[in-house]
Amino acid sequence: MLDFIISKYNYWIYIILMMMGFYGMIAKKNLIKKVIGMNIFQTAIILYFISTAAKKGATIPIVEHGHGEAVHAIHAIEYVNPLPHVLMLTAIVVMVSTLGVALAILIMIYRRYNTLEEDEILQVKGK
Amino acid sequence: MERIISHSPVLIVVIPLVSAFLTLVIGLWKKRLCYPFVIIALSLSLFSCIVTLNTVMKSGTIHYYLGNWDPPWGIEYVVDHLNALVLVFVSFISLMVAIYSKESIEQEIPEKVTFFYTVFLLQVTGLLGIVVTGDMFNLYVFLEIASLAGYALIAIGEDGAPFASFRYVVMGTIGACFYLLGVGYLYIMTGSLNMADLTHLLPNLYHSKVIMVAFVFFIVGVAIKMALFPLHAWLPDAYTHAPSAVSALLAPLMTKVGVYVLIRILFTVFRPEFPIKILHATDIMAWFGTFAILFGGIMALSQTDFKRMLCYIIVAEIGYMVGGIGMANATAIKGAIFHIINDMFMAACLFLIAGIVMHETGGHDISDFTGMFRRMPFTAAIFTIGALAVIGVPPTCGFFSKWYLLLGGIQARHWGFVMALLLCTLINVALFFRVIDKGLYVHALEHKLEHASEPKELQFHEAPLSMLIPGFIIAIAIFLIGIFNQAILKNIIEFAVPSGL
Repeated sequence: MLDFIISKYNYWIYIILMMMGFYGMIAKKNLIKKVIGMNIFQTAIILYFISTAAKKGATIPIVEHGHGEAVHAIHAIEYVNPLPHVLMLTAIVVMVSTLGVALAILIMIYRRYNTLEEDEILQVKGK
Repeated sequence: MERIISHSPVLIVVIPLVSAFLTLVIGLWKKRLCYPFVIIALSLSLFSCIVTLNTVMKSGTIHYYLGNWDPPWGIEYVVDHLNALVLVFVSFISLMVAIYSKESIEQEIPEKVTFFYTVFLLQVTGLLGIVVTGDMFNLYVFLEIASLAGYALIAIGEDGAPFASFRYVVMGTIGACFYLLGVGYLYIMTGSLNMADLTHLLPNLYHSKVIMVAFVFFIVGVAIKMALFPLHAWLPDAYTHAPSAVSALLAPLMTKVGVYVLIRILFTVFRPEFPIKILHATDIMAWFGTFAILFGGIMALSQTDFKRMLCYIIVAEIGYMVGGIGMANATAIKGAIFHIINDMFMAACLFLIAGIVMHETGGHDISDFTGMFRRMPFTAAIFTIGALAVIGVPPTCGFFSKWYLLLGGIQARHWGFVMALLLCTLINVALFFRVIDKGLYVHALEHKLEHASEPKELQFHEAPLSMLIPGFIIAIAIFLIGIFNQAILKNIIEFAVPSGL
């Protein structure tokens, strides 16, 4: 059992982080805390993708002497997989813009209700 | 010209994307020019959609390689009969809503016109991109472009809008992240992100647990985005409080594009035998669809707000489509695909009416419809057509897709779904006759008139033409699609139904 956990530790870390974020989004009453939970949730997925790219003993995926001299074969095993990194660059952009939109909406909410506690807002709305 | 036509799949997305930023620049220079520019951009986009559909109908599926990178390494746009059809109607409805939006935006959010149109075009970019792409990760990016634009558009609405929009942000992000996680699982198992490539790679892995989990993440993620019961909680608040032009754009398109993504994932990325025979996911979906129909119908009955009532009708309509997919036979899926298009038109029609009533009376309660048939006869006529289509009265398009869904349900012997469909039709009759009753009910007003000094409420008070014409075009389209349903079914939808059912 312990071996099972240790051999796949990157997946366990991402699942724990993701559940922390999920809990924050669902259970916290403060809207800022919800946004922080959302961010942890997204970061967990980014870490998951990055960890799948790693290989033992591999180096960064830049082919040395690529032009002209590259007559020797390129072994994919010597380089980490660059694709998840590239995908995650895009995902980070999406994450930042989600955060931006969420914070802008929170400012609008604060101007209208003067609070960021969910139950207080619902009370004002209920009246 | 030939060269431009060969690039039409990418132009569908590029035109609204580039013009979104140009709109911002033009708007800062001269605010008035925004509106005509948006109309031109969306017309061009509609034109390239029609060109694409035409090419697809003539010569089959189009593959477009972005930057000339061969798939599976580069991003590929694939347009077949299914998405060519959805593309044309998505861009058509967005053009109609754009024409319509002028008056209502100037009344509701006069100081934000430029930003509104910029985000509006980004929203359309996202929606069209979701439909046109053939790459799993690219689909995620477009899904998020559409959602982010949607959050922003909803938040500029009336009093409760920012809070409703925030809830949508939280729910929508969970949905998008689940989808992304599904993409990640597929990628570590197959090493590919291209849909066509995945179709070939996946069958060997159908009994792997990772693929099963990925599939579940996809379905839950997309179900949140398209507001399938019980994940619909964000929808009624968000679309009720949004500005009327925004709910007229989002309500017909965003959820329906979600259904399209569901069909793509179930039957293109995975082959039909995986969800149907190996996982039996379609059986579960049939029941979720049934419950969505019942829940949406019953909740719609208890609303006093017209827009909120429409929102619950949309929850029920999503149930029709998901249930139809869940029947897992060719007839029901034909019905589900046809219903995607029909529901776009019906929902657009009714939300346009909600916007017109909002523009004329300042509210969107059912009580604001009082005396509508006398005050606003044209609006009332469009409304009646939309209502008849949702109920499913024959010459309108709603009847035909419901007919195929019913036939499919009977063929699958899923009596729960059949009963729910019929029951919801009855509920819809009750719903709309309640509104029509209010609209025709003028005696109380006449009585009031005798006592009131100013007979304001019964005066002829029609909406401006720029709001009525899109409504009329959509109402006529509802009839035309209904009358020419066989042409659409035989020439396009027949080819869109996945093989192997």
